[in-house]
Amino acid sequence: MANEARKPDDNVIEISGLKYRQGEKRIFNGLDVCIPRGKVTAIMGPSGTGKTTLLRIMTGQVLPDRGRVLVDGKNVPRLSTDALYTLRKEMGFLFQNGALFTDYSVYENVAFPLREHTRLPESLVRQIVLMKLQAVGLRGAWNLMPTELSGGMARRVALARTIVMDPKIIFYDEPFTGLDPISMGVIVRLIRKLNDSLGLTSIIVSHDVAEVSSVSDHSYLISEGKVVAYGTPEELEQNKSAWVRQFMKGLADGPVPFHYPAPALADQLLGGEAG
Amino acid sequence: MKLLREAYYIVLGFLQMLGACGIFLLKLLRFTPQALGRPGLIFQQVFNVGAMSLVLIMVSGLFVGMVLGLQGFNTLNKFAATSALGTVVALSLLRELGPVVTALLFAGRAGTALTSEIGLMRATEQLAGMEMMAVDPIRRVVMPRFLAGVISMPLLVGIFNAVGVLGGYLVGVKLMHVDIASFWSQIHADVDLHEDFRSGVIKSVVFGVACTLIAVFEGFYAQPTAEGVSRATTRTVVNSALAVLALDYLLTAFMF
Repeated sequence: MANEARKPDDNVIEISGLKYRQGEKRIFNGLDVCIPRGKVTAIMGPSGTGKTTLLRIMTGQVLPDRGRVLVDGKNVPRLSTDALYTLRKEMGFLFQNGALFTDYSVYENVAFPLREHTRLPESLVRQIVLMKLQAVGLRGAWNLMPTELSGGMARRVALARTIVMDPKIIFYDEPFTGLDPISMGVIVRLIRKLNDSLGLTSIIVSHDVAEVSSVSDHSYLISEGKVVAYGTPEELEQNKSAWVRQFMKGLADGPVPFHYPAPALADQLLGGEAG
Repeated sequence: MKLLREAYYIVLGFLQMLGACGIFLLKLLRFTPQALGRPGLIFQQVFNVGAMSLVLIMVSGLFVGMVLGLQGFNTLNKFAATSALGTVVALSLLRELGPVVTALLFAGRAGTALTSEIGLMRATEQLAGMEMMAVDPIRRVVMPRFLAGVISMPLLVGIFNAVGVLGGYLVGVKLMHVDIASFWSQIHADVDLHEDFRSGVIKSVVFGVACTLIAVFEGFYAQPTAEGVSRATTRTVVNSALAVLALDYLLTAFMF
């Protein structure tokens, strides 16, 4: 197998010295991240640390201020539009809300990339679409409209559309948010199964610690623009850092304080500014 | 001084928007060959943009024509020149009212629909999704809608004019008993194919480009929020109306 012949340090994405500002706010300040090929890698961190922004930088949707973003050996921020689009044909991106086309049926949504990029006969398009829908368990829903789908189903349809062009890398933006436990379990299993059976590289951005730990090979913990910890779920579980422990166990108080910075309680209660 | 500065910023903002619109138009035109290669997408949008505006355009055309017939009759009657009613109605419609009123209605009916549709696609990340599937949304979403608008406008103007003349005929001939033969023969004699008809067509094409460009531009660059899309929709109507009226003056000054 080609996978076994690869070097163990074979990275599909290498980010070094990434700096990015949004207005006055500094999102990344010299971030270094490597994503190994063929694995499921998670990027975790509190809301607002720029996890999704990082995903968008990897896929060229957002341009960083400085730094190198190598995807399959190509520096994404420097690519021309045409080269970027060529690279994107190898990528799949699952949006948080699915981003399905609301005026197309499930079938047409999944067929969309095929119709745009290939000139396959309709019979073959039909076979491919139904196969991909079968993979996510929604072959029976082929003629529904996106408005008729539940949140979990919409995400699975979007996943079928993401894999329809057989990408090498799939980016998952918060794939577990807002799902019931059953749908969540389905998505978790799908991510793992697709990654292993299709030989993909998967990158998950999420803050659902339990789900991510059950599916990922490695995780990055990111906070305030820097990598705080990296390792397998077990290694992170054993991590001694107080911040990592607070995040992994979901403790209310710790290095990240429960209270938003405020004047002393007594001062404010006894006739302070907001009294 | 403060007033001067505000005026300066208003002019600056206007010029910036004009420039951004122009650049967007160039981006669009780059995709003309690819867009023409998929006529199915354009026809679908001609239906959405043009055919769906038909009822509004026809009803409005009928009423405008009837009002013209009534006003024209009352005025011409003072000079005992009611036989020229057909000419008055036809020339007013062909030269001015047809293109201008149709464009204003088009901006309200089709322009707002285009802006809010594209804006909502932006807000729900459908455009970003398309970009991630290596499909340029300007080519796939914007261009067919733009071409459909440019194709639809002259056709709608033609229908507006035809129904308008019919409205003038109904009021003039059927209601006010103007001589039917002089009504039609005056139109036949006085309406010039080159000067009147062609100028109307040129106007309608220019308005079609302007209105559709403003609509798709505002939609494509709308803030991806509910408020952003509603603001963009409002701007479409306001800017289209101003653009149509200003362009109308310029075109009239050059052509007549």
